[in-house]
Amino acid sequence: MKNSIGRELSDDLMRNYQPFKSTKIGNPIVQRVAPKVRVSTGDNKVTDSLADVVRKTVKDGMTISFHHHLREGDFIFNLVMDEIIKQGIQDLTLAPSSLTNVMNDKVIEAIKAGTITHIESSGMRGTLGEAVSHGILKDPVILRSHGSRARAIENGETKIDVAFLGVPNADRCGNANGMTGDAAFGSLGYALIDAQYADQVVLLTDNIVDYPNTPASIKQTQVDYVVKVDQVGDPDRIGSGATRFTKNPKDLKIAKMVNNVIVHSPYFKQGFSFQTGSGGAALAVARFLKQSMLDKQITASFALGGITTPIVDLMNDGLVQKVMDVQDFDKGAADSMKNNQNQQEIDASWYADADNKGAMVDQLDVCILSALEIDTDFNVNVMTGSNGVLRGAIGGHQDAATAKMTIISAPLTRGRIATVVPKVGTVVTPGESIDVLVTEAGVAVNPARQDLIAAFKKVPSIPLVTIEELQQKAEAIVGKPEPLQHTNKTVAMIEYRDGTIIDEVKEIKD
Amino acid sequence: MEERLRRTMMFVPGNNAGMVRDAGIYGADSIMFDLEDAVSLAEKDAARILVYQALQTQDYGDSELVVRVNDIDSKYFKPDVFAMVKAGVDVIRLPKTESAAMIHQLVQVIEEAEKKFNRQPGSTHVMAAIESAKGVMNVLEIAQASDRMIGLALSAEDYTTDLKTHRYPDGAELEFARNMILNAARTAGIAAFDTVFTNMNDEEGFKREVEHIHELGFDGKSLINPRQIDMVNQIYQPSQVEIEDALDVQAAIEEAHRQGSGVISMNGQMVDRPVVLRAQRVIRLAQASGLLNEEGEFIEE
Amino acid sequence: MEIKQTALAGTLESSDIQVTISQGNHGIEIDLDSSVEKLYGKQIRKVIIETIQAYGIENAKVKAVDKGALDCVIKARVMTAVQRALGTSDEPNWEVL
Repeated sequence: MKNSIGRELSDDLMRNYQPFKSTKIGNPIVQRVAPKVRVSTGDNKVTDSLADVVRKTVKDGMTISFHHHLREGDFIFNLVMDEIIKQGIQDLTLAPSSLTNVMNDKVIEAIKAGTITHIESSGMRGTLGEAVSHGILKDPVILRSHGSRARAIENGETKIDVAFLGVPNADRCGNANGMTGDAAFGSLGYALIDAQYADQVVLLTDNIVDYPNTPASIKQTQVDYVVKVDQVGDPDRIGSGATRFTKNPKDLKIAKMVNNVIVHSPYFKQGFSFQTGSGGAALAVARFLKQSMLDKQITASFALGGITTPIVDLMNDGLVQKVMDVQDFDKGAADSMKNNQNQQEIDASWYADADNKGAMVDQLDVCILSALEIDTDFNVNVMTGSNGVLRGAIGGHQDAATAKMTIISAPLTRGRIATVVPKVGTVVTPGESIDVLVTEAGVAVNPARQDLIAAFKKVPSIPLVTIEELQQKAEAIVGKPEPLQHTNKTVAMIEYRDGTIIDEVKEIKD
Repeated sequence: MEERLRRTMMFVPGNNAGMVRDAGIYGADSIMFDLEDAVSLAEKDAARILVYQALQTQDYGDSELVVRVNDIDSKYFKPDVFAMVKAGVDVIRLPKTESAAMIHQLVQVIEEAEKKFNRQPGSTHVMAAIESAKGVMNVLEIAQASDRMIGLALSAEDYTTDLKTHRYPDGAELEFARNMILNAARTAGIAAFDTVFTNMNDEEGFKREVEHIHELGFDGKSLINPRQIDMVNQIYQPSQVEIEDALDVQAAIEEAHRQGSGVISMNGQMVDRPVVLRAQRVIRLAQASGLLNEEGEFIEE
Repeated sequence: MEIKQTALAGTLESSDIQVTISQGNHGIEIDLDSSVEKLYGKQIRKVIIETIQAYGIENAKVKAVDKGALDCVIKARVMTAVQRALGTSDEPNWEVL
């Protein structure tokens, strides 16, 4: 069958799913689920023996989860998976908030041992992306946005049996936050959903502090065990260090145009809100935006999403009233969270869940996102590379793209790979929610947004072109590629944020 | 000579495939591919062919395309000039120019190449880089050496060494050369380019230098980094008052045309030629700075 | 024309291609290492072969390590390698150029 944007979906896999129809969510009534609670007084949660805890909690066929706030510095995932593999547990579904490179080899080992047979994630890359793209799993991986993961956990589509959550501090009853300790990473936004909905919650920490530990992001009411480990993570690899302002002239040119687009849009007015990414180009936008806000004497009501030091600086300069952190990308942002009342930790549901009584992304004015590929229908791929291999994550892409103005910022080409293409390899975010594409070769506005076209037409610093022109220009530079070869096997299904299927990823044929 | 803006001449190392490829995206008025100082002796042949191929195939938009060839006495000089003429480059820049004779020699090789490769005779322009005291003292004869000349450029590193000094922040050591070059260029009716500013971390110093040469009257500046382009353009951007005055002059010209009158008058006074020329330049700069809309009206951003 | 001497041109920087050309006996044999092999492998090989054949060379071994070079860069690097192998760098073959 085909969904509403013409992507071919396998009939046999679609028996349990609905095809993607539209970005509009409407007002359905949804039923949420509640976790089982093993009653205790809260004493005797602390143990040194991960082996005992795994033995007591994990059984064949269960779903286990982890968070990825420790990013490339994570020691918890490999530690826990080693124990689970050692105990010979089979047929688990792995449902972390995302998978980072440091986890890849362990996941492959667990798949080969039969320990992991199913994966649900925001994304994957590196060796794991290669292995899955070449069909290492029998059933397809389910890929969801951060908001959609919260949705699926809340409504029981994903039932987490055991959540293993690394934290930089916890007291003996399980009160914990992400803000202090050697492995501090700031917001616990993605893990809060696991803590709330998993039947069994295991905290792992290298830093047991006096009871009661405040502020408590994860609460003792949610926690079954507190496992003392040597080290939760490598502080140097948890977040990027000092976030450097890009000096790449192409990135700077694009960032400047993105800023021009924001400033000349109808949304740039007192009290506007925005979300930027974490890359060097996104940071450059923050710097240009700062100057424009000073020049026009405009302040923002809030900045949302994954937070970086330049965004915190805007808050400290009085240009942004509130910063809403679902995660913190660097030390500066993480450190500032514990000291500044205007910086609020938000969970993934509050941040971005479509099946909600309103999520923060629904209030967002301007959002700047990246793309591996974007096609002439404005559909965006942030998941598969030009060779068809999984090498990215949905993250909050689909969710934040519901902003009133969503800007994709991307170079026209990368090396010999075109970014603007006739048809993306994998659709992650539908063109319906993309409003503007900014490249170094010009700015293309979605024809559905004639209001924006009219606003930008008068502005000489915004070189308007059609997306077809950009696609042709890219092709003139790099040439026409040969089509990729796939088998019929589906290796991943891409959910839209409402749980419908927007696309499938097929196995690579070598 | 064709009137065009030459605010920014961006240097691109001739053997760097990535930079040669991307040179067109930054909106430089002129792009100068360098076969000389930026290329090691072992790679002279590679850079020559790379730039040749790029000029044949890449879209550099409206930028004027310039190539700095190797020293006139080197074995690379003639093959450089031949290849660039065959590629159809707009301008060949001769380094270390010290006399009109050197320009004549360059033009002779170009003529030979234009004939050999069936290019329109006279279509390849030239410019001279002045890099020594002798070059400065002979700059007027250099400027007037050929109809193909489009400009003079100061190259301060070699020049200050020749003078037994070095670069200072206030630029006093360059004042004489700058004025000589500028006046020679204006006498010959060609463009004058200032030297490069190499310290990318000293943004204030760069701005000061650009403001200074803008005041002197230079057409523009040689640049080593695309990030400098916007900064130069900003300083060359005319003010609102200048633009509005220029638009008034333009309206007066159109009015005179409509009435078939040879005399342009504004507010009852005759507008003379320098005012017309300055107004035309302001309008070109305003257009390039994106300050005029499609109807030619001033836009306040 | 015969390649007698091994020659190399180009770099391993992004957007470039490093080409080594040496004596061969079985037509033009290409050993290509490229991150865009799946998308542009055929095109890259075609450019290499056509460029070499323009010099009247029938036999050569070519090792190419591609870092996303455009066709014009591939052509330039192959030409440079051929001219170096033939010892004609300072007096290029203007007909081929």
